[in-house]
Amino acid sequence: MTLLKVESLDARHGLLQAVREVSFTVSEGETVALVGANGAGKTTLLRALAGAHRPSGGDVIFDEVAITNIPAYRRVRMGIVLVPEGRRLFPSLTVEENLLLATASGRSGVWNIETVLDAFPILRSLRRRPARNLSGGEQQAAAIGRGLMSNPRLLLLDEVSLGLAPVAIEAVYASVRTLIQNGTTILLVEQDLSRAMRVATRILCLLEGRVVLEGTPADLTRERIAAAYFGLGRTSGQETA
Amino acid sequence: MVWANAIVQGVLLGGYYALLACGLSLMFGVMRIINLAHGDIAVIGAYLILVALQHTSMSPFTAALIVLPAMLILGYVLQQVLLERSREAGQLTPLLTTFGLAVVIQNAVLQIFSPDVQSFGGSAGDITTASWQINSEVSVPAIGALIFAVAVLVLGGLQLFLSRTRLGLEMRATAEDSDTAELVGINSRAVYARATALAVATAGLAGLFLGIRTTFEPTSGSTLLIFAFEAVVIGGFGSLWGTLLGGIALGVAQTIGEQINPEYSILAGHLVFLAVLASPRGSLLVSRGVQG
Repeated sequence: MTLLKVESLDARHGLLQAVREVSFTVSEGETVALVGANGAGKTTLLRALAGAHRPSGGDVIFDEVAITNIPAYRRVRMGIVLVPEGRRLFPSLTVEENLLLATASGRSGVWNIETVLDAFPILRSLRRRPARNLSGGEQQAAAIGRGLMSNPRLLLLDEVSLGLAPVAIEAVYASVRTLIQNGTTILLVEQDLSRAMRVATRILCLLEGRVVLEGTPADLTRERIAAAYFGLGRTSGQETA
Repeated sequence: MVWANAIVQGVLLGGYYALLACGLSLMFGVMRIINLAHGDIAVIGAYLILVALQHTSMSPFTAALIVLPAMLILGYVLQQVLLERSREAGQLTPLLTTFGLAVVIQNAVLQIFSPDVQSFGGSAGDITTASWQINSEVSVPAIGALIFAVAVLVLGGLQLFLSRTRLGLEMRATAEDSDTAELVGINSRAVYARATALAVATAGLAGLFLGIRTTFEPTSGSTLLIFAFEAVVIGGFGSLWGTLLGGIALGVAQTIGEQINPEYSILAGHLVFLAVLASPRGSLLVSRGVQG
């Protein structure tokens, strides 16, 4: 079943058009990786899907409801949750307060403060600590945990491994794999191509705001993705664009 | 002993200033809006109580019980229809909007109530004249003590609300990062409206005590704003207990100045305010304001 449908979505930052007529769908239970160079429009696309960036054109349809003009907080209540780039925890609030805030979505499900702390055991001893005092990996765990507290149907993960030590990245991706096994639909942005190919069921490659390549990791070779990533040999990219 | 008395009176006066200032502090802390109409909103509260007194025989305190819920609603609506739109338009716009609102309120009140000086101290009962004589020089006026106690209760209540309740938690989160607050499911517009409602209601409460302890007229708001603003700056923007201390510092400065020479009362308060602005903390305030 199609959970998310994006139709010729445009998004701008002033005069700069960051996302150009992007169309794709995500089915329930899929893990889709968005790859692309810096400035390809990945973060803007995720923010537009979450409602944090107002698109200048096109439509976003979630579970057969047009949500293009619905504000971010109501999208969270529908089950679209973004774990933003740079974690964006509330620095002066404790880890527990950060997690509890996400119950504002009013969504119930398997995730609550106890199950989140079970999934991220490192957070258990830190729950009374202000978020600003956490390491990068701990903050990322808290940010993903906060996203889970809303019991998402569609989880948008924006560069969850950025700036983390390799050990912390492994821990974060171990938790992402648990989510995938539990059937959570995930759309993630990942700079590390081999990691994206390991975790995703489908890969979308963005170049200058457009989807230039799309396919399953089995269908695509690293070379084709890399070519699309850097805009080399665009003819090969246009067959799916 | 005259100095001890000046300090006692100053502390009590400071409670009144803190009550006047806490709404200004709250709005700045949560929304980064400096509400230049805050003093005039307190004056609206005083006039609403006056209207209630003209039509009934109740005491100003009872009238305030009716007026304060009305002020809560007024604040909520003010945020939703006026401040939210100007907040979206940029940092300077709310300042201009509230400046314009202050002018509109002053003239509307002038139109409706005439420029006559008003007071309802007379209908507040014995509390306005009662006092405790500590010794020959020091006496504690009952109304001053009441205002101070109410100020501590209001500031403490707001602090507890912010630190202990779910709505307070949402308010702190939205104050820190409204963009992310929306992404975790918080309706930041509703949070801002609640903060404004609280701020306007506390201004209304200050209006009650304004009308009891002294007189007011349609243009009284500007002076009230200056005192509230000074209390907030002296105490540190956005900190509620700081606002109480700032109010007390301002009150004590004014009463000590008055003790030296009645002409120096207001001036002494301004000098403390300027000293804080010129201090290292003052430059911190300025830079924080620019970034905020």
